[in-house]
Amino acid sequence: MIYSYFPGCTLKTKGKDLDIYGRQAAEKLGITLEELPEWQCCGGVYPLASDEIATKLSSVRALLSARDKKQPLLTMCSACHHVIKRVNYDMQNKPDFAMKVNNYLGLYEKYSGETRVVHYLEMLRDDYGFDKLKEKVVNPLTGKKIAAYYGCLLLRPGKEMAFDNPENPTIIEDFIKAIGATPVKYPFRNECCGGYMTMSDKPLAGKMATMVVDSAKLKGAECIITACPLCLYNLKQSSEDKIPVYYFTELLAEALGLK
Amino acid sequence: MDSKELCKEAIRISGIDPRKCMKCGKCSATCPAFEDMDIHPHEFVSMLCDGRIDRLLKSKSLWRCVSCFACVERCPRGVEPARLIEAVRVCLIRNRNENFISPDEIPALLDPQLPQQAIVSTFRKFRK
Repeated sequence: MIYSYFPGCTLKTKGKDLDIYGRQAAEKLGITLEELPEWQCCGGVYPLASDEIATKLSSVRALLSARDKKQPLLTMCSACHHVIKRVNYDMQNKPDFAMKVNNYLGLYEKYSGETRVVHYLEMLRDDYGFDKLKEKVVNPLTGKKIAAYYGCLLLRPGKEMAFDNPENPTIIEDFIKAIGATPVKYPFRNECCGGYMTMSDKPLAGKMATMVVDSAKLKGAECIITACPLCLYNLKQSSEDKIPVYYFTELLAEALGLK
Repeated sequence: MDSKELCKEAIRISGIDPRKCMKCGKCSATCPAFEDMDIHPHEFVSMLCDGRIDRLLKSKSLWRCVSCFACVERCPRGVEPARLIEAVRVCLIRNRNENFISPDEIPALLDPQLPQQAIVSTFRKFRK
C-alpha cells in the first residue's frame, strides 16, 4: 500500500528516532510512505476556539495534497495526528468552516474531508493486520514487559479521533503482543503527561508525568512505549532513567531485525 | 468591551452552551491540573453561566489547563469545559492583547532534548 506521509516538525529534529525506525519498518513490511513534498507544521495543538480558521489551514493543505494523490494520509506523531484528524473532522462536519476554507484557498475542486487520516498504529492494525505483522517478526521480544502509554491526543475526543475505546484502549497492547512481548496494563496509561506545560510550568508537568511513570513501574513494566515526542520527553524527564521510554517504532524495528 | 459583553464573546468563541451543565463536577474530578488551579473547570462553567468573567480573566488556571481533553471526554452533558477555558484565554489574548509568554523568554527555557512541538504548542496556546 502507498500512503502520503506527514512527518511534522519534531520528527525531523528531536524526534528523529520515531521517524527513522518507522520508515525502515514500513519498508521492510512492503509499505510505501511518500513524504508530502511541501508539508507545513500542524501547529502542535488543535485550535479549540470555534472561529479559528487560519491556524487550521496547514492541516488542510496536507489533506489536500494527499487527496490529489488519491492516497490516505499517514501520521506517526500523536500531536500531528490529533490536529490533522480533527481539522478533517471539521471539514466534514462544519459546513460554514469548510466553505470559508474552500473560498479562502480558492480551490478548483472543493474539499470536504474526503482524505482518510490514518495513524501508523491504525495502519498496522486495520490495513496491514497485527496477525500478518506477527508472521514478519524475526526477533520477537519474548518475555519483555512493556507498558503502552497512550496519553491524550490519540484517544480524545473519542468521537472525533475514533482511534480506539478512549477509556479502555487495546491497540498498543495488541501491537506489543504482535512483536512477541508482554503488555503491562496500568491505570495511568491514558492520562496526561503534562504536555506543553513543560515549558511554562515544569513542576506541574513533572507531577503529571511522574504519576504515569510510577503507575507503570508499580505494575512491573520494564519499559514504556509511546507515539509522541513530547510524551517521551516528559516521561523521560520524570523517570530519572529508572525505566526506559521508547518510541513504538524503535521496538517495531528491533522485532523486525532492523535495530 | 465591558465584562458582560466579554462573557458573551467568550461563550460565542467556545461554541458551547454552558447552561447544559448539570453540575456533577466530573470535569474537576478528572482534571490532572486540579490541585494547581485557583478556579477549577466546573467553576469556569458556572461562572460563565452567571456572567462572572472578571475573576476568570485573572485566574492562573487559564495557563494551567493542558488541553488533555479528559474533561471533554468525560463530561456527561457535552459541555466541554476545556473549550470554555480556551475561550476565556483567547479573549484575553485577542481582545486585551495580554500574552502569557514572550519570545525573549524562550532561550532560557530550552534544553537539548526539548521537542520543537513544545515550543510551537506553547506559542499557539499562550500568544496571539
